[in-house]
Amino acid sequence: MKIIVAIKQVAVRDSQLRIAASGQWIDEADIAYEINEPDAYALEAALQLKEAQGGEVVALSAGPPRVAQTIREALAKGADRAIHIEEELSSADPLATCRLLAAALKAETPDLVLTGLQSDDLGYGQTGPILAELLGVPHATIIMQVEKSDSGIRVKRELEDGWFQFVDMPMPALLSIQSGFSKLRYATLMGIKKAKTKEIRRVTAADLGAGAAEPTIAFDRVYLPERTKRTQLFEGSPKQAAAQLVEKLKFEARVI
Amino acid sequence: MNILAVVEQRHGQWHRMSFETLAAAQQFAAQLGATASAAVVGRGIGPLAAELASRHLDKVYAVEHELLGEYTPDGYCLALRQLIERVQPSVVLFPHTYQVRDFLPKLATSLGRVAVSDAVSHRIDNGQVVLVRQLFQGKVNVDVRFVGDGPHFASLQAGAYRADQVTAGAATVEAFAPQISPDQIRTRPQEPFRESQRAVDLGAAEIIVSVGRGIKEADNLPLIQKLADVLGAELAASRPICDAGWLPMERQVGSSGQTVTPKMYLAVGISGAIQHLVGMKGSRIIVAINKDANAPIFEVADYGIVGDLFQIVPELIEAIQKAK
Repeated sequence: MKIIVAIKQVAVRDSQLRIAASGQWIDEADIAYEINEPDAYALEAALQLKEAQGGEVVALSAGPPRVAQTIREALAKGADRAIHIEEELSSADPLATCRLLAAALKAETPDLVLTGLQSDDLGYGQTGPILAELLGVPHATIIMQVEKSDSGIRVKRELEDGWFQFVDMPMPALLSIQSGFSKLRYATLMGIKKAKTKEIRRVTAADLGAGAAEPTIAFDRVYLPERTKRTQLFEGSPKQAAAQLVEKLKFEARVI
Repeated sequence: MNILAVVEQRHGQWHRMSFETLAAAQQFAAQLGATASAAVVGRGIGPLAAELASRHLDKVYAVEHELLGEYTPDGYCLALRQLIERVQPSVVLFPHTYQVRDFLPKLATSLGRVAVSDAVSHRIDNGQVVLVRQLFQGKVNVDVRFVGDGPHFASLQAGAYRADQVTAGAATVEAFAPQISPDQIRTRPQEPFRESQRAVDLGAAEIIVSVGRGIKEADNLPLIQKLADVLGAELAASRPICDAGWLPMERQVGSSGQTVTPKMYLAVGISGAIQHLVGMKGSRIIVAINKDANAPIFEVADYGIVGDLFQIVPELIEAIQKAK
């Protein structure tokens, strides 16, 4: 089974965010990056499928040169090779990014394409279904489990309010993997060593011949939200703060 | 100009967010000087369409087909694309449900558009719709504008609009029969099921102590359990804690877990990603302990302490024991 997993590099979760002077995105100076956590689960699902079924796992990522570090980590965890679409991407237009990814995917003709559920930065949660449409393959999202079946695959979808559903589908197909699919593995020392010899193919939008189109949405302004609720904050030593909080909870809120 | 709300049902039952989307469509229409219509998709949906006919809407489209009885992304995209091409709405609004997340990006792509997903509010600026979305797990906002001709697409976050603001009126129901053949539907959904009865009913708890990533390791959980114990509270968690297997999934609060409204919700080491906030923001008193003063949890908290939970929680346990 040839599996391609699309991964994204995002700012680390604890980053102190400031708005860029352009007002179009965050200020990226002093920001550290890591794999988008939902994509780490997609990578894990891909590696487990390969271990069960045999085949190949290819990591695919788009972004500036710094993305190579995240790709290298995916290779260290066990991906066999990688494709890096080296372009600066517009945050506002997920369709443009997906057109690049789709062009790279078409050339590879995978059996299965996996994505994470959403990104920690933009949070559109759209890469999977957009790619499915561009590739012309069936898809399912919020997937907890994947099994090979006679006619293709059987996946377990999470529905709302604690409900689940099995869905049968033919391959090739695209799946968006739910976070928590399985425990994440760490890269081993051997894996890190091996990753240095694995292939990362660098391509540009021009190499892929991906056509651009006018975006249909635009960012007006990126900004820090105004506080809508005034939180009473308690300061001082941990002991003082805890004592003040308990007093308020007892005499003002009357919940203890 | 026409605003179309695509509402959600399953086997004749409304999704609770459907009427929030209707309310939004009515507000968009009133502010833009446009009309609002609604579309219901499925099989045997006559009664639901008839119910919407008593709301202040222009048309109610009953999108009915034998192959739409069970949701599939292929079936829904085919049906809605045909409806949109017929009706030509300028803006199409959806509730941001799991189902909409599954098919809306595909539908918008098939029409060359990008859907603005999970919008939390809107305003009209010079006759144009501007939608507000959250970035970076709620730490940053962005105003998004549609560019070029419609149809434009957006899905609306749970609770962003109020279902009780839907205004009554009269609408004509119009049947719409899409062309779908069985071979166009490539996925075969099976009957939905529940894993097991939940042993924990967080919904019944008066006080909930909830723990997030800030706890760092499973070995640190007893500290939070002790805090819950002295308060007589149920222990709950944000998604990452349950994903990691540190607490069972049934203790998860948020959009993919339980929605709770206790008398007091004490969030420890939870930054407050939107997926978590939707599950607890209706609590009467919200207390947050977090090291990051800019964490979105402080957007909803009544009381808070900014600092290291490993220093604060032991002091808090002691202070509560003294106060009781």
